[in-house]
Amino acid sequence: MTSSALPPALALALILTAPLFGALAAMVTGRRGPAIALATVIATVAGILTLLVIIAGDGAFTLAIGGWEAPLGIQLRADGLAAGFIATTALVMGAILAIAGKPFGSGAQERRSAYTFWPLALLLWGALNAIFLSGDLFNLYVGLELLTLVAVALVGIEGKRETLAAALRYMMFALMGSLLYLLGAALLYAAHGTLDIALLATRVGNAPGDIVAAAAITAGLAAKTALFPFHAWLPPAHSGAPAPASAMLSGLVPKASFYILLRFWFEAAPDIAGTSVLMLLGGLGAFAMIYGSLLALHQDRLKLIIAYSTVAQLGYLFFVFPLAGGESAAQPWAAGAWSGAVFHALSHAMAKASMFLCAGLIIEAIGHDRLPGMKGIVRALPMTVFAFALAAITLMGLPPSGGFTAKYLMMTASFAAGQPFWALMLILAGLLAAAYLYRPLALAFALPDEDAPAPKAVSRARQAAPLVLALAAILLGILSAGPFAFIQIGRPGAAVEGLE
Amino acid sequence: MIASLFDLTLCLLILAAAGAAVFGRAAFMAVVFFIVYGILIAIAWLRLGAIDVALAEAAIGAGLTGVLLLAALARITRRIDAPEPSTGPDRTTLATALASLVIASAIAFAFLTLPEPQGLQERVAENLADAGAENPVTAVLLNFRGWDTLLESIVLLAALLGIWTLARDEAWGGRAGPRHVTRPGGVLAQFGRVLPPIGLLVGIYLVWAGSKQPGGAFQGGTVLAAVWIVTIMAGLMQAPRVADRALRAALVIGPVIFLALAVAGVVAGAFLVFPPVHAGWLILAVEAVLTLSIAVTLAMLVFGPPEEEEKP
Repeated sequence: MTSSALPPALALALILTAPLFGALAAMVTGRRGPAIALATVIATVAGILTLLVIIAGDGAFTLAIGGWEAPLGIQLRADGLAAGFIATTALVMGAILAIAGKPFGSGAQERRSAYTFWPLALLLWGALNAIFLSGDLFNLYVGLELLTLVAVALVGIEGKRETLAAALRYMMFALMGSLLYLLGAALLYAAHGTLDIALLATRVGNAPGDIVAAAAITAGLAAKTALFPFHAWLPPAHSGAPAPASAMLSGLVPKASFYILLRFWFEAAPDIAGTSVLMLLGGLGAFAMIYGSLLALHQDRLKLIIAYSTVAQLGYLFFVFPLAGGESAAQPWAAGAWSGAVFHALSHAMAKASMFLCAGLIIEAIGHDRLPGMKGIVRALPMTVFAFALAAITLMGLPPSGGFTAKYLMMTASFAAGQPFWALMLILAGLLAAAYLYRPLALAFALPDEDAPAPKAVSRARQAAPLVLALAAILLGILSAGPFAFIQIGRPGAAVEGLE
Repeated sequence: MIASLFDLTLCLLILAAAGAAVFGRAAFMAVVFFIVYGILIAIAWLRLGAIDVALAEAAIGAGLTGVLLLAALARITRRIDAPEPSTGPDRTTLATALASLVIASAIAFAFLTLPEPQGLQERVAENLADAGAENPVTAVLLNFRGWDTLLESIVLLAALLGIWTLARDEAWGGRAGPRHVTRPGGVLAQFGRVLPPIGLLVGIYLVWAGSKQPGGAFQGGTVLAAVWIVTIMAGLMQAPRVADRALRAALVIGPVIFLALAVAGVVAGAFLVFPPVHAGWLILAVEAVLTLSIAVTLAMLVFGPPEEEEKP
């Protein structure tokens, strides 16, 4: 262990422990949540900047926790993919925590929801970072458990009857998913004597045990990612929570289980899938996309539109499974579908969190989120409506947003792989997104009713938080070359060659 | 012959208890059979030679979960009239049964085709000398896979926060759970005086012995939690207020010290290192504080959210 090992270890330690320390501190002190969150953001971002510099300079690296190499110990894996998700998460969490100071601030007296919000939010962040850096299937399970429990608590944090029901239903789905995932991990350990993803890659074959394990892991994680037909828990849970919680739940939480799916299929078991399985995953994604979009069109509450949009948008993350590989290696860039899926996951995280934060500000201004009440809201909340529109551009996949880059990469991969069906689906997804997002936007710019009550003022500083996120999602498209090159660092071979 | 007869009977009993828990009409019977099921599973782990797992299953799977379920049941019956039990299986039950059947068949199929299991026992044994614990299970939990255990200890706190979000706003800050009053001289009150000293001894012994023999922070912490729970259910003490700083410090002290140790590894260019020379006492120290936090957290989980409004 030389002195040059210090910066990477320090960066990872900060990223892994700062949110957890923050959560524990907030759990003790009670009314200092916002100040502790600020300190946590500073410490975590310092670690992330260090990590980005190290990975950009020296490439991906692993760190054996406690000095115990796999298969005995747990390996942390820091590559472009992990750092991309970690950096995006920090940006999203920063904006959410900044805006949450008002609804979850404490006065002289400690309040229940204001007390529990801060440790829960910081634990959620800590769980995400632990998942993004882990290279071990069981350690990922522990991270998922922490994430799930915290997410369930955040759904029910307002203590209303219907949100508690949504939280319970979410918990049932999520725990079922956890158990299936754990079953798969246990089978793989029994067969191969390791839980390390890199070691599994050399050992997993096509034995019946491996196939059952892969099926269980995939089904479990798909349930947690709300893939059709496991989507029923998502809309009530995501729309019922308070806006800062919704932003975390919709923007970040499902990305963790999708991230593990990516790691599992592309790194632990790239050769196990048959074409039919890949088509099934992509097909369910397409179904989710259409179903979620159509239901989003039918909602009369803004938060429900955004929540159903998440069902749709998560759906086409799954196009990566049939699309990876094929002739796309012949493109000027390799790994088009894989990179496209990652771009979509990251830009959706920013745009969706931004939208939920916008919805929260609109609710603060008019007291509810029923669509007719939004008429002319642009006069009272110009920055918020602008942010909402920018986020909508990303979700529709219009240039020059990160969502456009994602779709462009996936569509070219789709044509190159000789599977134009998926490209067609992506176009349809964009059109449907434009349709369901047009309604709230058109109302926001309409003339307000004369007898409508005047909206309450919302400070410019708080309106800036969703705007920053929406702008970041656009910048991910305008400046896509840098992030694109970065996430390729340490990219798995299967991202280029495809599964099967 | 006798051993296999015993195992066969045990397996049948496990299946019967599971069936009774799942298909029992009355919720109370289901909970009771769930506890029986947990104890039988613990015996099964004993038969398999996994004494640590057996202890954990008995303490947490049967004991603590059983208490939690009974407490939940008491709350449900106190607040709402129990719905009429439906006659015959409904569609949800059938769907669940079908899904369980498919999954069970898949597991059985996968299990029967598994190659000779490749555990890590040899590697653990090779590295045990540097791990700071003679009990291989403790070495794995605290050292080789300490990061898992650290996160698990925080998962418990997340569960507690989740339960606390269920409090009514007016009751926030008050004492956890309902107030327990018992008849002086009654069984519970007597029990509450006799059991705690013995339980304290057993709990602390389990942690102390854990470095060499089966035992450890989770098992010891559960026993200590049980001691506190009995004392409070017997009305000898009151549950703490959730706003109590000392309580909150006790909840987090274990994970905080474990996290601090994890960060200290950075000096050596690593994360969560137990230097072999100091590993022995470091593991014991971490286990001691973890036991305290686990015991307090588990007990607070059982007490539940604050219920009574604060009286000024």
